[in-house]
Amino acid sequence: MADDAIRCDACPVLCYIKPGRTGSCDRYGNHEGKLVRLDPHVVLHRAVERGEAVKPFLERGREWDGTLIGQSGGSHGETFVTAIGAGTTYPDYKPAPFIISSKVEGVDMVTVVTEGIFSYCGVKVKIDTDRHLGAECSTVRAQGEAVGHVTTSEYGSQMLSLGGVRHLTGGSRHEGTATCETLLNLCNGQAVELKIDDGAKVVVQAGNPPIVDGVQEERMRVGCGSATIGMFAKQWFGKVDEVVAVDDHITGVLSEHQAGKLLGVPETGIKLKGRRSTPGRYFQVAEPGTAWGGTEIDDPLTILGKFNAKKAWPGLRLLMVSTTGEHHGYFELDEDLKPREKELPGDLRESVARIKENCEPALCTVLFMAGAGGSLRAGVTENPVKLTHSVSDAFTRVTCGGAPVYVWPGGGITFMADVTRMPQDAFGYVPTPALVAPIEFTLRLADYAALGGYVEHVRPLSSIIAKDEGRQRVTARAENPWPLESGMKPATTVKSKKR
Amino acid sequence: MKQRAQIRMLADGRRMHLHDGPIDLIVEAFGAPCAIEAAYHAAGARFVTVLDELCGELWYLRRRCSPENEWPQGAVARRMVAAVMPYAPQYFITPMAAVAGAVAEEILATMVAAVELSSAYVNDGGDIAVYLSPGEKFVVGMVERPDRRSLLGTTTVHAADPVRGIATSGWRGRSFSLGIADAVTVLADRAAAADAAATIIANAVDLPGHPEVVRSPACELAPDSDLGNRLVTQAVGQLTLQEADQALQAGSRTAELLLRMGLIRSAALSLQGETRVVGDIGESRIATPLGERGYVHA
Repeated sequence: MADDAIRCDACPVLCYIKPGRTGSCDRYGNHEGKLVRLDPHVVLHRAVERGEAVKPFLERGREWDGTLIGQSGGSHGETFVTAIGAGTTYPDYKPAPFIISSKVEGVDMVTVVTEGIFSYCGVKVKIDTDRHLGAECSTVRAQGEAVGHVTTSEYGSQMLSLGGVRHLTGGSRHEGTATCETLLNLCNGQAVELKIDDGAKVVVQAGNPPIVDGVQEERMRVGCGSATIGMFAKQWFGKVDEVVAVDDHITGVLSEHQAGKLLGVPETGIKLKGRRSTPGRYFQVAEPGTAWGGTEIDDPLTILGKFNAKKAWPGLRLLMVSTTGEHHGYFELDEDLKPREKELPGDLRESVARIKENCEPALCTVLFMAGAGGSLRAGVTENPVKLTHSVSDAFTRVTCGGAPVYVWPGGGITFMADVTRMPQDAFGYVPTPALVAPIEFTLRLADYAALGGYVEHVRPLSSIIAKDEGRQRVTARAENPWPLESGMKPATTVKSKKR
Repeated sequence: MKQRAQIRMLADGRRMHLHDGPIDLIVEAFGAPCAIEAAYHAAGARFVTVLDELCGELWYLRRRCSPENEWPQGAVARRMVAAVMPYAPQYFITPMAAVAGAVAEEILATMVAAVELSSAYVNDGGDIAVYLSPGEKFVVGMVERPDRRSLLGTTTVHAADPVRGIATSGWRGRSFSLGIADAVTVLADRAAAADAAATIIANAVDLPGHPEVVRSPACELAPDSDLGNRLVTQAVGQLTLQEADQALQAGSRTAELLLRMGLIRSAALSLQGETRVVGDIGESRIATPLGERGYVHA
């Protein structure tokens, strides 16, 4: 018998358990030679699969089935049933699984709850980093399969567009399953490793900092190099003769920059590589990369040419800093006008810290985006297009697992929602492959009838709460607007121009 | 002896949860309220000694089943041996392969013997024994992978059909598997028989020597495993469609053999999104996994 195994005496099976493993019950394990009760979460997961918590200490965690509870009383209806776990119907001319009414401010409100199977769906990922992750349009891979691409970058962030029908069902089977798994994991808040063709490897998890090529991103830049000069010029004035804010996009140079000129910063004879845009602002000082300010350089001096001997002087003080303050170097020119690295003086250290301080924590954010097609809409009303109109006219509120959505203007019901605002494990999948996502439509009962709703299938909320014990209640997220709160317009309002 | 077993009603007030050591049962009976109560009482009374009975003969139950061996004493143990015996001449199998189904069967039999019910089931971690009086039926949902929420299909078990046991086996499950199937679900006349058959079929879904399949000797993971130093599946990498098909074909051949021998009624084999169904009897067949037409496309 292996020496490192321990014997569990919790029950007469008396399992020998190896380190890091569990006994036959999956409840007790060998953690570094000690018998321990398992992490409740792990046990919970399994318990929940069997449909119920198994031990008192697990009781807080029955599986989420869809009910949200309002934070307080008031007239806004305290329970909202989300579509998570609601199931779906086929064909969709049958009414959606749950059509629920509740009284809100004396008006009968109807929430139509269904889970849609979306092949037209994907996620837009915003990764707060200046590091170069990959060129625009580069293929993004998971498990070696193409699951999306790099799209237009945004201020301080790199953007990925993942999923979509072409990867889900238009490619090979592996591509489809890898895409589906990637979307499912991202939407359910799990970490996913992505590799960008000719670019970086990045670990993405909604609400967490990105990990680029094994390095966790700490901060998001406060502005481009030029903006950094503009913002901090005054704090540097008098303490240093020249500042270069290194940035892959626009590198800023204090003495040439408008902000430096206004303060009367004298010329320093500095020479930047790259292409000058306007005074003090340079494009392409280096190749993009994952080092200083989203460039590939580790030594900032490589972006400098020789100082102009007519203007520069020995002892000239030079600060080089990245746009997040993460990288910095302080130099003084020697007799030959060559920069020599010196220790950063205290008052400059403060300004570098200030840059850092002004950079927000870098996060990955994941927005689920999907289109509710005609057949899903048919589960809500006999005349699907009326639902579309009612959504675009703001009579009907759309939510995704109780989270607010942005409905894209134009035809159809194409929406985006922040996955971190939904309850845990709100998403599922079918092997098609396609994603299963909750979607709820909330509107006034009278409006529901007017657009051809299945009024005869409307069930009072009390019947759902009283009867279906399989439901789990979760506290609504404070940051989400309460789905039943008004904001929906009366039926007489003309078409909204709000969006 | 201190009472180890836990017996309690679930929050819905209808189902009973029985727990002892590695055994977790969800029990539900249908019928007159007094009959249900009597059935639950009988089930609980029988349950409290089951684990001790099993552990008393554990050394025997972990040994390879052979027709030459003597039979064990315990009722559950005898159900286990009866379920695996048909495989003993040809396959390596221990009575433990049928433990979950046998426990479910024993508890169900106790309830049915105690009182008249319209229907009942005992679910032992996915291995399910059902009782149906004439005209009754159960709808059973199936998942593609035990660790994921997905819609694969449902199957309906009718009283008129012979199926009374359902079991699922696969390498992702709680027990070790020699094969690579994500899940093999079997319908058979008894739960213990379904349990044993699911184990045999899941073992047969395999690609021997495939580099993408990570295997470890069972005894290195669990020193007292009944599988000894046999290699059990720990991870399966991405397979090509052809490879998945090849593995599923191997499993299907075994399933068809068991079908012809009358050991099972139907089986669904699932591997990396691919599914094969074997057997088809009346309405108690395993529904073909939802095809395109089964979905509500958004």
